[in-house]
Amino acid sequence: MANAKETVSRTLLVALVLSIVFSVVVSTAAVVLRPAQIKNQNLDIKTNILAAAGMLPNGAGADEIESIFAQFDVRLVDLETGDYVEPSFVEVSDPMKYDMYKAASDPKMSTKIPSSEDKAGIKRRPNIAKVYTLSENGEMKRVVLPIHGYGLWSTLYGFMSLEGDLNTIEGLGFYAHAETPGLGGEVDNPRWKSQWVGKELYGEDKTEPQIRLMKGGVDANAADKEHKVDALSGATLTSRGVQQLVNYWMGDRGYAPFLKKLREGEA
Amino acid sequence: MSEVTAKQVLFEPIFSNNPIGLQILGICSALAVTTSMNVTIVMCLSVIAVTAFSNLAVSLVRTQIPGSIRIIVQMTIIASLVIVVDQILKAYAYEISKQLSVFVGLIITNCIVMGRAEGFAMKNGPWLSFLDGIGNGMGYSVMLLFVAFFRELLGAGSLFGVTLLTPVNEGGWYITNGLLLLPPSAFFIIGLAIWGLRAWMPEQVEEEDYKMSRHTHKEAF
Repeated sequence: MANAKETVSRTLLVALVLSIVFSVVVSTAAVVLRPAQIKNQNLDIKTNILAAAGMLPNGAGADEIESIFAQFDVRLVDLETGDYVEPSFVEVSDPMKYDMYKAASDPKMSTKIPSSEDKAGIKRRPNIAKVYTLSENGEMKRVVLPIHGYGLWSTLYGFMSLEGDLNTIEGLGFYAHAETPGLGGEVDNPRWKSQWVGKELYGEDKTEPQIRLMKGGVDANAADKEHKVDALSGATLTSRGVQQLVNYWMGDRGYAPFLKKLREGEA
Repeated sequence: MSEVTAKQVLFEPIFSNNPIGLQILGICSALAVTTSMNVTIVMCLSVIAVTAFSNLAVSLVRTQIPGSIRIIVQMTIIASLVIVVDQILKAYAYEISKQLSVFVGLIITNCIVMGRAEGFAMKNGPWLSFLDGIGNGMGYSVMLLFVAFFRELLGAGSLFGVTLLTPVNEGGWYITNGLLLLPPSAFFIIGLAIWGLRAWMPEQVEEEDYKMSRHTHKEAF
């Protein structure tokens, strides 16, 4: 027995049987659990969007989130021109299925950002972005825009929600980042996020975003206080990253052309 | 091997033969996943499940495994179980699986799992091996929960996500200890725990590798 199991053919046989048995086990688990996982991922994205828009009730269940989210229209936007495009343009049937972050790594679907302009530190920008709009009686109430950029350690991924005037910030939230817990990680702090509400993106000319993160807090009498947000204590680089990425995405390389068209009512 | 009883293999690893405290295995995940109790509990359950079932599986096929490929056989079994656990977490505990991120996958490299498969399951029957897996998983869990308790309470002022000490950032009085949210702090807590454990059970103290000889030769000044 002891010798029989040490032969080459026996060793190969055991290895083969083992590989087959466990590949079946693993692939079964992956296939069976796939629908539940996809549902979770979609629900997670929707939850983040609602949270950024301030529309997420406390302890909302999956069905509730789905029904609130159903008020949104999911649209694809050509960032260069600011026009809506059909889902077929990016070869998907449903705009929800388009992944702009995956597109950002595909040379055919993204544009390299010259390093002098790459304020958000993202190197490539997808040509087509996925935006979420909410209109009531034909009037734009709310737009939620995905934003991302580099902080100190990691790329922060989040959403910014704008009111119907397409200038006033309604909420900002990051759903994925790896900043230092307790310092840069405080981008998740509800108190910090609440200061963004009501801030204004653009100045008089409505073109260049003016958001500044200020060290030491924002004086109630400060000039331009509608553009200023208190920076995170102990997280200079994360704060700078957030400022840069917001200004990049809301600028003319990001959503500004789209927002301009929306404002003029011709997107 | 007939001396070991089910009770021994199940409960000894918790304090008297703790995988982290005595065997000093599985430290890396103890640093990474102990910032909050919720995440830690899920990690602990995953490790218990993986050690138990990998021990069971290895023990079942132990007479068939050729010695030359036994480590790779164990690895295949462990890796498959870890993938299954990861898939289940993604399907049913998505929020927590996002926080655990790569660390579920890294259970594969957790020395406790491999150590028990090679050290115990290869020589013992399936039932005892299964219990040994649960016991060692629990020993790991006790230490992790101990670490997570202090890290979450003092680092974030909460337990299981419920705020107990309101931090200054949220308008309260408690100045959170940022160090405890960073991985190195777990080293300190584990160190203190091992110290406490060995003060309580002096038989765990290792013999010194060498003794300093007495200083006898006087230097001339």
